[in-house]
Amino acid sequence: MKPDVGYRRETPGAHPPYDHAAYASTHKRAPRHPPIKFEHTLSEITGPRFDARSLTAGDADLTHFNGAAALGERIIVTGQVLDESGHAIPSTLIEIWQANAAGRYAHDADRHDAPLDPHFAGIGKVMTDAAGNYRFTTIKPGAYPWRNHHNAWRPNHIHFSLFGPGFATRLITQMYFPGDPLLALDPIFNSVPDSAARERLVAAFDIETTMPEFALGYRFDFVLRGRLATPMDR
Amino acid sequence: MSRGQTPSQTVGPFFKPSLIHAGSETLATASTRGERIIVAGRVLDGDGAAVNDAMIEIWQANADGRYDHPDDQQEKRIDPNFRGFGRAATDEEGRFRFVTIVPGAVAGSGGVAQAPHINVSIFARGLLKRLVTRIYFPGEPLNAADSLLASVPAARRPTLIARAERSGPVREFIFDIILQGGNETVFLDI
Ligand SMILES: [Fe+3]
Repeated sequence: MKPDVGYRRETPGAHPPYDHAAYASTHKRAPRHPPIKFEHTLSEITGPRFDARSLTAGDADLTHFNGAAALGERIIVTGQVLDESGHAIPSTLIEIWQANAAGRYAHDADRHDAPLDPHFAGIGKVMTDAAGNYRFTTIKPGAYPWRNHHNAWRPNHIHFSLFGPGFATRLITQMYFPGDPLLALDPIFNSVPDSAARERLVAAFDIETTMPEFALGYRFDFVLRGRLATPMDR
Repeated sequence: MSRGQTPSQTVGPFFKPSLIHAGSETLATASTRGERIIVAGRVLDGDGAAVNDAMIEIWQANADGRYDHPDDQQEKRIDPNFRGFGRAATDEEGRFRFVTIVPGAVAGSGGVAQAPHINVSIFARGLLKRLVTRIYFPGEPLNAADSLLASVPAARRPTLIARAERSGPVREFIFDIILQGGNETVFLDI
């Protein structure tokens, strides 16, 4: 096997379309022409890598900022980054951002009338270990309104950015919480056509991850596109 | 064991504090090999309005045409002063700007060289998954033989080729990204 073997394609139904009627911001931003498909080359197989030494322990703990503890419900989020064959993806960067417990982002453009928390920035980053595992501690984000339609509220969610081994495996997504009544009403969550795929965006409460007298634990695995065949020389 | 892919979701409007850092638009320093250039452009929506909350990422080979990645086993030099990855957020006018180098030609399928190009990902509010395109360079002799360019209808091919803005000490290339409508940029299904 040569190292220039490509990656698998998007599974039909597992990813949203560009144009999704219920999500107003897609209307002027979705291309009208279908994208052009071609065979993967080194350009799609290779991709950026990041140095674990650029991360600090504080990057995996969002619960303290500016010298004091953030308000809200402390939670632990952990899981594995895998490919479609179940192989762990080690040493890959995960970037994290989210609203505070009140549903407000520490961002100039967020005009929601909910309090900012001076001790919560809502920014984190972690790297998977040799077995593809990651873990961080944060505050459970609040729901927030957005102006997509009348009385529109985003369910509680955490944003994630992942690279994986190649340009083809890049993924930006959102993790949701089990039992959230807003999920059924959310155009972004429901933009994923396949219901089984959609459910993969919902974390699982996990008593094993939960730490006594400290925080509830949630498990959330990421599955990135796998290789068409495994190159020999890796 | 076969596992289902994690679906993509929009980057949303609030990514900047986490994803955008000072210096991430600068890929090339004085010690990087190759011709230092500026690659800039605007992101526009179907009404021609500026998209002021997009994130553009670029990934490219070094001046010798080699990617900084273990799966690139071409017999070409690695440049210790070039990683090949950059990231920029668009401003109020939808503008982005990178300082990089002209990439060398990378082998394509069948060992035929691809024309020099920069791989681009576009993320934004309203994009439920990223858009992918490539920036090619004007006047590049290899463009005529590039198999990806050849697979694009001729009328739309110019949207993949940057415009040389001026020839000063640092050449500047303009690559506008039109998300929708007349002159829509060619996007790629990878
Ligand atoms: Fe959000």
